[in-house]
Amino acid sequence: MEMAARKLKDHALTIYSLLSLVIITIPLLHIIATTVINGAQSLTPEFFTSLPKPPGEEGGGVANAIQGTAILVALTMLISIPAALLTAVYLSEFPESRLRDLIRLLNDTFMGTPSIVAGVFAYSLLVTKFGFSALAGAFALSVLAVPMMVKTMEEALKLVPADIREAGLSLGIRHWRVITSIVLRTAMPAIASGVLLTVARISGETAPLLFTAFGNPNFAGSVLEPVSALPLVIYVYAISPYPDWHRKAWGASLILMIAVLSINLITKYRLRRKR
Amino acid sequence: MKRAQGDRIFWLFAFFSSLSVIIMFTLLFYELLANSLPIWSRGIDFITGMVWNPLKGLFGALPFIYGTLVTASLAILLSAFLGVGIAIFLSEIVSGGIRDTISSIIELVAAIPSVIIGLWGIFVLAPFVRDSLQPLLQHLSFIPLFSGRTLSGLSMLTAILILTFMVTPIVAAIAKDALLMVPEDLKEALYSLGATRYEVIRNVCIPYARQGIFGGVILGYGRALGETMAVTMVIGNTPAISASLLNPGYTMAAVIANEFTEATGDVYLSALIGIALLLLLISLAVNLVGRMIVWKWQQES
Repeated sequence: MEMAARKLKDHALTIYSLLSLVIITIPLLHIIATTVINGAQSLTPEFFTSLPKPPGEEGGGVANAIQGTAILVALTMLISIPAALLTAVYLSEFPESRLRDLIRLLNDTFMGTPSIVAGVFAYSLLVTKFGFSALAGAFALSVLAVPMMVKTMEEALKLVPADIREAGLSLGIRHWRVITSIVLRTAMPAIASGVLLTVARISGETAPLLFTAFGNPNFAGSVLEPVSALPLVIYVYAISPYPDWHRKAWGASLILMIAVLSINLITKYRLRRKR
Repeated sequence: MKRAQGDRIFWLFAFFSSLSVIIMFTLLFYELLANSLPIWSRGIDFITGMVWNPLKGLFGALPFIYGTLVTASLAILLSAFLGVGIAIFLSEIVSGGIRDTISSIIELVAAIPSVIIGLWGIFVLAPFVRDSLQPLLQHLSFIPLFSGRTLSGLSMLTAILILTFMVTPIVAAIAKDALLMVPEDLKEALYSLGATRYEVIRNVCIPYARQGIFGGVILGYGRALGETMAVTMVIGNTPAISASLLNPGYTMAAVIANEFTEATGDVYLSALIGIALLLLLISLAVNLVGRMIVWKWQQES
């Protein structure tokens, strides 16, 4: 083939790949920049510490949503970490079997559950019987969190060299002690990273909370009451007709974005330093 | 025998908690199916019905199925095109520090919660589609796809763009990993014969990494099908089937998000739960296929 034509194709490829990067990076960076610029105006101390005011009244904050997100994330982790850790241990530390293949397959499949469906599931299982509550919200979030964590935890456990296990067993240490004090301890940094990334993912979820945690204009008194959450507030304020609420939606977005992105950054930094 | 006691108890704990994966899976399907029975008893009309009018008791889910499939499919086409471009850029054109930095930035923005992307969609992207993109597309209005007109900017096109921004980082990350697995000596061999970068990528990299890239695209498709908040906020939420992307639409996830708490009456609620079941089946099937492809490819290479 002629040299000029070959060179031209080569340049076209470079332009195509560079252009793809630019087309996708610009909107994504624009999202961050817009959130920072619009959100910064709302971030007063009052915004963090006070409850929302009715539409039309200036002032007020999202303290209840911050509390709600903290409760929901803590509850979700309380449910998911033990379940996911034990499942991951079962998948990686005990002999292969048909059942394990099935569990792994179902867990992988579960990772494709749309977040809104997790909300519907929690609604029909819990809300129809006990009403809207933080617990139902945390359950919906756990449906999404457990499969993610099982996956990362199993990978973390698999990275622990087999020699360490065999060394422990050959010293006459019982299997469960080898797992808890040797294998889990060695894998702990990687497990912690997986948990942190899941926290980041979960704290931004809105759809599973719409008809489980439901939202609450006040602080929640117990986990059996409805609670607010930052993503819920962002959604409700965003689709409202009030400019003041729009400003607050950006403010709440900035808080949520800083939280989510810094967890991600810290985790990445830790992982990189380890390598 | 006392020694084995601890092991046995520990095994039981691990065993039962992993059984809970199976139990939850069964329960998920059971709850969705049991609670949507009233609508399935109406037969195939539920899936093929074009009219959704809860006030008149008409529950046709086709507009939502159409909206979900059209937005997710067009978005994944764009994402595949752009994602592979980004992956080529990251794997073949830059390396070292620049590659790591751009990869981390893309991965980081992929973590932004979808409700924030939706907020940006309402106040930035929708006006952009209405004021800047629409006048350009007017020239293409002879194509049915671009024949409509949006006054608010909330349209299927806006939803497709939002989905593209959200899904491309996922496709790009998996495609990049696939391209980085191509053995250096294969590439070197072709370069030493005087091949250009285009020829090496075209004849070695893409064929070698094809399965991995394809798996990434399918996983991205699964993600696009189930995406709720960002789409709900920008698609306009109108249960109609129209060829034009500039008209508002509706998706399965969006109708559940919008109408679930307002659904009065058993049939209405069961129709929404039926839509949830359909959405779950579609996404799980797509996700399973994607995982199998990625998994098979990882085994082979």
